[in-house]
Amino acid sequence: MLLKRILADKANGLWMITSLVTILALPLVIGTGLYLKASPLFDQQSFFSLVFSADWAPSEGRFGFRPYITGSLYVTLLSFLFTLPVCLLSAIYLTQFSSQWLIRTMHPVIDVLAGLPSVIYGVWGVLIVVPLVAGNIAPAFGTSSAGYSILSGGIVLAIMCIPYILNMLIEVFRTVPAGLIEASLSMGATRWESVKHVVIRGNYPGIISAYGLGIAKAFGETIAVMMVVGNVVKVSGNPFDAAYPLPALIANNYGEMLSIPMYDSALMFAAFLLLIIILIFNMIFRYLIHKTRKQ
Amino acid sequence: MRRIKIIEEKIFVFLSAFMTYSLILVLMFIIGVVFVKGFNALNPDMILKTPRGGYYYGGEGGVLNAIAGSLYIAVGATLIAIFIGLPAALYINVQLIRHRKTQNTIRYFLDALWGIPSIVYGAFGFTLMLFFGMNASLLAGIITVALLISPIMVRTFDEVLSTIPRGLYEASLALGSTRTETAFKVIFRQGFPGFITAVLLSFGRGIGDAASVLFTAGYTDNVPVNLDEPAATLPLAIFFQLGSPIPEVRERAFASAVILTLIILLLSFSARFMAKKYSRTNLR
Repeated sequence: MLLKRILADKANGLWMITSLVTILALPLVIGTGLYLKASPLFDQQSFFSLVFSADWAPSEGRFGFRPYITGSLYVTLLSFLFTLPVCLLSAIYLTQFSSQWLIRTMHPVIDVLAGLPSVIYGVWGVLIVVPLVAGNIAPAFGTSSAGYSILSGGIVLAIMCIPYILNMLIEVFRTVPAGLIEASLSMGATRWESVKHVVIRGNYPGIISAYGLGIAKAFGETIAVMMVVGNVVKVSGNPFDAAYPLPALIANNYGEMLSIPMYDSALMFAAFLLLIIILIFNMIFRYLIHKTRKQ
Repeated sequence: MRRIKIIEEKIFVFLSAFMTYSLILVLMFIIGVVFVKGFNALNPDMILKTPRGGYYYGGEGGVLNAIAGSLYIAVGATLIAIFIGLPAALYINVQLIRHRKTQNTIRYFLDALWGIPSIVYGAFGFTLMLFFGMNASLLAGIITVALLISPIMVRTFDEVLSTIPRGLYEASLALGSTRTETAFKVIFRQGFPGFITAVLLSFGRGIGDAASVLFTAGYTDNVPVNLDEPAATLPLAIFFQLGSPIPEVRERAFASAVILTLIILLLSFSARFMAKKYSRTNLR
């Protein structure tokens, strides 16, 4: 009887540790797999020419990822600019100024919105944002646009990331001890001054990591962006032009990638690049969060 | 001086209130638009029929193939994720209970894993498929989605387990039970509400994800019967139908979007409800 229990314990211990190691080894396995698949590419072109060249001709074996990387960066940057004021001010309002009722109803709603699939946001983008950009925003700036543009991608991404970032910011601001704010108020500071000096200044790492993780999420987002950004290969500074972000490149071309030599390696290289960039981002900002939590 | 302070306060309170309420308005607007557009096109055929001949030119049929495929993939992936996620989460909170530092490091890596975009999982699943000589199939989709959701499941479950007081674990050991018995009969039971939340959350993630199944599950007009057949999924059905130039087909994309949204809403409300229901019997 005792032996049976001990054996069960040992077997189970083995199962537990194998599962945990499997999950933890996942990024390493994914990274290695993608790298091996992409490695034939390095024989032809150096890493730098892959990343910085804008010469994209798969059928002739020339792969320059610059249009895709700049496209991704541009869309992500725009979405960051849109989310920056909205999330910060809303999080402050919800945690510091609003009634308890509002935050108690909004928190679950934000949670649900953060869980909505990205394709839903894409549908909304096609329905509302694209016509809006083509019909109203572009003419207001004196240009014309098809609507499927970097700006649309940025707006849709921003809307997608807002619940995600807002959620984290609310968590961060909620941990500020009420005593600190009360101390600041009793010194004669106004409510806003207390927020500025205690809530914001005291939580720089938390705020930065919330936005950092939001940016990482936006950078890797595929379907929603792909639906509204137009998918045209070119390097352009005009937000009303179409672009072709990195994830969209992978998603759009898996069908033909086996028919052109090296094309599959190039796409796996794109996935590898995404993985590395986002993993680095996540590790930095998660580290900031973990460090502040320990204090 | 005092006047300026008060004016600054007024401006910023107004600005943040304005931002918050317009945000709420926009988010409500999104849900509203998707629902209004979709409900007009929604009919029983959409849910009960697979695409018939000429469906993609506005002919008869529905998206049963995609609904079934999505459910199959999400259920299969969730089962696999439970199989490797449950022991991993218990291991962190039972075996490693005395090693705070290791616990925190593992949590840190899991959090970083959570952020890897699904397209990378999709590409990796595709290389795996090529490596094993498989075709795009239900099985490949299930495995890829399982990889995608297991870190999410572990971390969500772990978050609840980590709040369980250590005394409970010590009491169980003191009564002579092994660590396994402690893990499954005491810690798992106490963390059961968290387990339900983790399962439903991962399930929702699995059903809504498009980029990971794009390469691996393929697309078909039939309801898959075997694991080696390709399977359609709801997010991809929305994506493909929305790309069509024919208005009727686009309408159906909106209807499919409503179906997907309803499934997600149902999942997240039942997660809340169940977590509340099961935590009533917990020790405190």
